[in-house]
This record gives sequence, C-alpha cells and structure tokens, in this order.
Amino acid sequence: MVDTSLSKKKDPDQPEISLPTLKSQRTKMGKSEDSEKKIKDVEISVPIVYGNAAFWLGKKASEYQSHKWTVYVRGATNEDLSVVVKRAVFQLHSSFNNPTRVVESAPFELSESGWGEFEIAITLFFHNDVCEKPLNLYHHLKLYPEDESGPMSTKKPVVVESYDEVVFTEPSESFLARVQNHPAVTFPRLPAGVTLPPPVSTEDESKKKRGDTKDHPLSQWFLNFSEADELLQLAAARQQVQAHIAKLRRQISLTDGQNQQFKPL
Amino acid sequence: MDAKDILGLPKTPLPIPQEKKSRPQKDSQRKPDGISREVYALTGGVAPLMPSIDVSQLKRRPPSDEKITWQWLPFTSSARKDDLQLYHWVRVVNGVPPTGDYSFAKYNKSVDVIRYTDEEYEKYLTDPKWTKEETDQLFDLCERFDLRFIIIADRFPTHRTVEELKDRYYSVSRAILVARAPSPGEVAGHPLVKEPYNVTQETERKRALSMVLSQTKHQERKDAEVLAEAKRIAESRMAARAAEEPDLPVPSDVGLESAEGAVGPGDTISPSNVQAPAATIAPSTSVIADNASTLASLRMLRVYLRTYALEQMVQAASSSAGLRTIKRVEQTLQDLGVNLKPKVPTKAVCAEHLELRKEILTLLNLQKQLQYKEAEGSSFRDGSYGDMPGTAKRSQRAADQDRTFVPDTISFGVIPGDRVVKREQKRKGPGRTSETPSSPAGAHKRPRKMKASDL
Repeated sequence: MVDTSLSKKKDPDQPEISLPTLKSQRTKMGKSEDSEKKIKDVEISVPIVYGNAAFWLGKKASEYQSHKWTVYVRGATNEDLSVVVKRAVFQLHSSFNNPTRVVESAPFELSESGWGEFEIAITLFFHNDVCEKPLNLYHHLKLYPEDESGPMSTKKPVVVESYDEVVFTEPSESFLARVQNHPAVTFPRLPAGVTLPPPVSTEDESKKKRGDTKDHPLSQWFLNFSEADELLQLAAARQQVQAHIAKLRRQISLTDGQNQQFKPL
Repeated sequence: MDAKDILGLPKTPLPIPQEKKSRPQKDSQRKPDGISREVYALTGGVAPLMPSIDVSQLKRRPPSDEKITWQWLPFTSSARKDDLQLYHWVRVVNGVPPTGDYSFAKYNKSVDVIRYTDEEYEKYLTDPKWTKEETDQLFDLCERFDLRFIIIADRFPTHRTVEELKDRYYSVSRAILVARAPSPGEVAGHPLVKEPYNVTQETERKRALSMVLSQTKHQERKDAEVLAEAKRIAESRMAARAAEEPDLPVPSDVGLESAEGAVGPGDTISPSNVQAPAATIAPSTSVIADNASTLASLRMLRVYLRTYALEQMVQAASSSAGLRTIKRVEQTLQDLGVNLKPKVPTKAVCAEHLELRKEILTLLNLQKQLQYKEAEGSSFRDGSYGDMPGTAKRSQRAADQDRTFVPDTISFGVIPGDRVVKREQKRKGPGRTSETPSSPAGAHKRPRKMKASDL
C-alpha cells in the first residue's frame, strides 16, 4: 500500500486536471535549502519489471485485431512506482492512432488491441526531486507464443517480462527523505554523518488510488524474479574458473622452470 | 658512336682551339673532349645525358691580357699574436701581389670569457666548494679552450666533473654580469642571466641519455610497449578526470609510475626489474582506468538502467581483448550455464557477473601464455626456431619431458560445485599411455598442438 506519510512538493508542470485516475492532492512544501542538496557516493535503485501480456481473442479475433495486449511497467515486488515515477510515455507503432500514449499515474500500463509485434519505447519521467532526466526502456511486444505449433489460448496470455533496476546517482536529500521507508525502493546505506529530515505526513489513504499492482488483474501471470538462483549459478561458475586459473598458474611456473634449462646458448 | 646516335648528341666534337691539330678520328670510342680519356672513363665511359662539365670551359686559357706568375712570398696573419713570417705560393697578376689579410685569418674566432678582478672575486664570487686558485685556473682553461668543457675537464688539475665546471663557470659569469650591470633590467635579457645553468638537471639528463644509449634492443622494445600503455592510461585518465572521477584506483597510479620509472632516469638495476611487472601491470591498469572512466560517465548520467551499466562495465573490462577473445568468453559463460545477460540484474548479480567475466578473461590469457611457453620450450629443445611441436622429430625424441596438456577451450559440467572437465587433445607419438580421456569434438577450430609425451 502506498505510504501516505509521504508528501509531494507542488509540481508546477503537472496539469491540475481532475481525472478520475489523478489521485493525490499536492501540498506545498516549504522550500528549504537542503532540498536540492545531493548526497555524493550514494546510489538509490528502484527494481522494476516491464513487459507485456497478450491475449488471443479467439473467435472474436479479426484480421487487424487478433490480440488484446497490455504493456506495463511495474515495481518488481508489485509496489507502487508513483513514488518515483511521475508519468510514463508509451510510444507505439505509427500505425496506431495517437501513437504517443501518456500515462500519468500508477499502474503505468497501456492496453490496446492489434495483430503486429513491434518495439515499444517507454519513457519514464520522474518527479522533480528525483531526477530531471527521463529514462528510456525498450520492449519488444510479443503476441505469439514461442512454440508456433502449439494451440493459442484465449485464457492464457503470452507474457514477456524483463527485470531491471533504475539507478539514481547522487540523489537529493529530499528524495531520500521522501522515500525512506517505501517498499518500492532499495534504500542505500547512507555514509556516516548523513541524516535525513523526517518525512512529512499528508492526506489520507482513501483519497489516493492504489498504484501498486499486487492485486492487478494480470498479477497471476506476472513472473517471479529471484536473484538467489542467478547468484548461486554465478558463484559456482566463478569457483570453477578460479580453480582452473590456479591450476594453469602452476603449470605455467612449471613450464617456466623446464624452459630455463633449455634456453638456447 | 652508337650511343651518341641514341642520345642525339652531335657526332663531331665541339671545336676547341687546341684541337686544331688534325687528329685522325682514331676510333669511334674516343668520346672524351677536353678531358683526358682516363678521367672520362671514371664517369663510366659514356657521355652523360646532361654534360655536367661544360666542355668548352675546360681548357680555356686565362685572358691573354693578364700576365700571371706564381711567386713564393712571405705573409703574416692577423690571427697570430706574434710576428711570425711564413711563406707560401702567391698568384701574382701583372706583377701585383694580392693584398689583404691572410685569407684564413677570419676564421680565428674565440669566446668572450668574462674575466673578473680579484676585488670582484672577493665581493661576489666566493664559494665554499671552490678556491680562488681553482676558479682562476678554470677561467684560464675556458679561455684557452674556448669553453670546450670536455677538454677543460680533462686538463683541470683537480678532479671535477664537467657539470661542476660548467656550473662554476656559468654562475660566476652570471654573478659578474649582474654585478657589473648598472641596473638589473639591462642584463635581464642576457642568456646567461635568463636561463641559469641547472646542475642537477644536467646530471640527470646525461645519466638518462647514457642509460638510453646503453639499452639493449630488448629493453628498447619493452620501453616502447610500456610507453604505449602509459599513453593509453593517460588518455583514459584524462577522460576520467574530465568526468571528475575522485577515486581513481591506486594500482593505476602505481602502474603509471613504474612505467615512467622504467623509461626515465633510474638505476640500471631497477628498470630491468620494473620491466616485467610493468608490462603485466600495464594491461590491467589500462583496464582499471577504463573501468574508472566508465564509472565516472555513469555517474554523470544521474539515472541509468543497471543492465546498461553492466554492458558498459563489461565493455570496459574487455577493452583490451579482441573480438575472438570476447566470443570465447561468451562461449565459456554458456558452457558454465551462465546467462550472457543476467535475467535478474540486481546490484549483486551484476557485480558477480562482471567479476566472472574478468576471471574468464584471465583464464584465457593464462591458457594462451601456457601455450606460448610450451611452444617456446619445444623450440629450444629442437634447437631450431619456428619449430612447431607436433613435428615428426619430436615424436622420435628419446628423452622428453612430461608435460601436462592444456586444452584450448574447456567444457564445464553444469553441476555446481562439482567440476567435470572434459579435455580435448590430439596426439602424435608412439605408444602413448594417457589417463585423460579424449572428448568429442568441441568448439575449438584450430588444430591442436601436441603437448604430452611418453614418460
């Protein structure tokens, strides 16, 4: 759930349109000098998963609308990304109407119907205290299953997801303070002597729309990403390689010794 | 005559007064005109395309209105301080001997050595390391030998190095100049004042030069290598510095300094010691520098994806490797059952992945090293260069050494923690007894070198 004790600075470029999806009321935070202060040698990362789920429309499929698909960016543990992400822009294939789709709130997703697979460029815009530069992700929309011969099901979607982490270097103090306890964020260990101001509490929960994807309709299809397996694999591989290196080193010194005796005069 | 035909030169010689005597056109070979036959033969015996000697000028007589005689006459030279009279042949025209100074007198140049008075010495020039007597002697010699310090050092009564003598001479001259000058500004432009002699620098410089001179070819090559590395490091350091990388790792500094130490002035012992480690440090320091500059550029981005960061770091780490090596690294990763791009790129996973790649690179380098050393070893023993192991000679060799085999690529078992290494080999040689099994053809393409032999 969204931590409502966090507040947001008034965002001047955010249009004050009351859409049903727009959730939070912005409270004006007194601008302190520290809010722009950056913490050096610290990075804060947000693990995300982005991809698509595509359902075959079966009987209802037409030539140009054979699949219904949703492309999305979610927190890796299904937490609400709007703590860092201000908006997401999905750039679709030019054959779509208004191919530039802007999503102003979590969950950052876009649903469409079509027949073709193409690359979707997703641009994440962050809140002002997070980062002024946007970040681009690229996802190849997948509609058809890998196994071409298999039957297509309307019940089971084709899902392709990629795990990644958004890394912010030298985050501002205000950003750190704001996301201190947020589950969507991997909070770093702060260097000695750095303390953060306590987060400011805001409006009540009920007004905010849920931005997390824990109970998302597609959540049953979401993939699990666990670093444990990969770490294990890597550790084992490294061990093998290291042992081999040691062996080679021994062989080399042995050969060196042998060669010494036979150097040409 | 044929040659003249080809060259298009006139067949008959140019009319020369001396040739009035009708000489029968003796032989067509008689090409030379105006110079003797033997001399002409020096040019190859054939007329040059462009006659370099103007034939008509050769036997020209002096203008007949002048009467020239040669006379043995005395002369003096302004270059001499005494009045010595010497004699020489002089070309006298119409009874008038030539005037003017001895023609070589103008070459008698000497250096303006400043001489000080005793008073000046007492006032400005005393020095604990030099007695007045010595300084006087020095200046005498300087004047006598026109500042040829090598000779001066040779003839100096007490033992002094050339640099010491120079130092003394220049500092004394400088002091005198400054002392005599009405105002400092006037002498400020004088070279002696503007650029004083720097003893330590000179000593060092000469030492360095003599070191460079006495370097062996081998050392020269090593130095060139190290310099190239140093240049690369410096360039990547510039990039890192431009990106304000604060924590450039210490090894790269050490590497750079040892590289400079090997090339620049240093003891004769240390360069050869430093060569080997510097050569091995140098590649890794350039990689470290690449890493540092990559980190710096990432930091500048403010926001990036971890997969992107990993890509950049991998690239930096493999910057010194060729495409083939990179492919081999990837093959090895696959054999180990590791994803080329991690499926769950967390910070820890990416770090491990990067380290693994680096270790594989090290592994491949070591393999190559071992192969070279073994090839070297066998060429030594064969007594002939370029002799590849695996020729028939080797297999017949009686006393051979037992050496272990190093495969080109290694297939790893997938089971973690339990290494199953399959080796590949091709062997020649009679009656081999080996325990290691041969495996089915692997990913390698090159023919194998023969490695092991009979016990």
